[in-house]
Amino acid sequence: MTKAFFDHISTTPLDPRVFEAMRPYFFDRYGNPSSHIHDQGQAAVRAVDQARAEVAALIGAKAGEIVFTSGATESNNLAVLGAAEGAGAGKRRVVVSDVEHFSVMNALIPLRNAGYEVTVLPVDRNGVVDPDAVRKALRADTALLSVMHANSEIGTIEPVGQIGQIAKEAGVTFHVDATASAGHIPVDVREIPADLVTLSAHNFYGPKGAGALYLREGTKVAPRTFGGFQEMGYRAGTENVPAVVGMGAAAILAGREMGAWAEHLSRLGKTLWDGLAAIPMLHYTGHPSERLPGHVSFWVEHVEGESLLLFLNMKGVMAASGSACSSNLRGHDEEDLVASPVLRAIGVPSDICTGSITFSLGKGNTADEVRLALDALPGIVDRLRAMSPTYLDYQKRQVKGG
Amino acid sequence: MAAGPYSEKVMDHFMNPRNVGEIESADGVGEVGNPACGDMMRLYLKIDEGMVVDAKFRTFGCGAAIASSSMLTEMIKGKTVDEARAITNQHVADALDGLPAVKIHCSVMAEQAVKSALDDYAKKHAG
Repeated sequence: MTKAFFDHISTTPLDPRVFEAMRPYFFDRYGNPSSHIHDQGQAAVRAVDQARAEVAALIGAKAGEIVFTSGATESNNLAVLGAAEGAGAGKRRVVVSDVEHFSVMNALIPLRNAGYEVTVLPVDRNGVVDPDAVRKALRADTALLSVMHANSEIGTIEPVGQIGQIAKEAGVTFHVDATASAGHIPVDVREIPADLVTLSAHNFYGPKGAGALYLREGTKVAPRTFGGFQEMGYRAGTENVPAVVGMGAAAILAGREMGAWAEHLSRLGKTLWDGLAAIPMLHYTGHPSERLPGHVSFWVEHVEGESLLLFLNMKGVMAASGSACSSNLRGHDEEDLVASPVLRAIGVPSDICTGSITFSLGKGNTADEVRLALDALPGIVDRLRAMSPTYLDYQKRQVKGG
Repeated sequence: MAAGPYSEKVMDHFMNPRNVGEIESADGVGEVGNPACGDMMRLYLKIDEGMVVDAKFRTFGCGAAIASSSMLTEMIKGKTVDEARAITNQHVADALDGLPAVKIHCSVMAEQAVKSALDDYAKKHAG
């Protein structure tokens, strides 16, 4: 059976060229960069330094501004908690958008407990943060502003350039979570006035277990892990050398090929987007044009998200949901069953929608795979609606009304 | 076929749900849940001489909700009203070879649906 993976926002397959770059660091070159008196350690130092320069180049930064971490969650935690603490006494406020990732949102819990005031900026129905709202929210006592570059669930790209300018004028440290965007659309710290930028390797065809935090020179961030003096003191612990090397290799590829990938993804994404219009009562989510290439998200009236995804999977089509049920399937209690905060933030009516569907295409997807999804969807929607009491009531209302 | 966190039985009842539909002039109708909470079930019962002779359902919900609804209708058909009322969510979950922890509420919804439909039946036949 043909299988089509359309969940690249959760992770991307490792590019074989990246793996080839990593391979020696599992076997021949196994040194620890902190133990560099000998050849093995020296080779590891060179590898990590080179990867640092490669990742820096992807975003127009200097090598010394890149701190390697285990991934986006750690980078976001370090940015939020580290910048809040690093801002010093008197700055006890943090401002975030309403659609940030859990690794930003949940990092606010210990801050709130420590007495920080948290301001959450609303978004419009397309999921866009209003720069004017940012301007009003920033004050002299604001330690940090955090706004993501692109949203994984609804694909919307935020005006981080404009927002960053406002933060700069207000003298507030600005963090951008670029997990979903880096390697897919240009992220350049010479154009986006961000002080901190989160990057994740496995979101752009690199390995899992490697991420980075860009720290603009002079940004004050307190460390969250304590130990040796790795990563300029920001992140203690032996570097994951093979993964760091892989992140560097993935950054080079992305820098070189991103334009071609985006063109391919935009073309396939448009086919998918246009094809979905044939399904009645389907609603697209996110910004119609300011969105990630190859990212198509929507919800369907009278169809629950998880059921749709299970049937799609049976047809070989793998997509994701930000829905109440499915996104938390592996949670441990029913407290986890909360409606998607992002859908709530963009004002999707919760009485008719419990699940949005996200198709995030990757460079390996083909037009045939998109066709497979488009062929499968209408039948699944019909089947689930035929089972739904809400659809039955809707039909009866239509008959009465007509 | 098992998929993800669900047992084979859940997947079977999800992919091939039994007793989907409505019963015209049902003796008892129960409706529980709310689409806003992720699932909603409507259960129709045909009751003859104290026996559940037919049961049909419509459900909006996740895989576990649909499978719980389907399994429930199989379990109550042929049972007396009292036997049907005694069915708990645990019985439904066990019959499905278990449900993930976060999906237990789906079997609770099935239990509540029978009770609600039987209450409706009792009301209609009071006195």
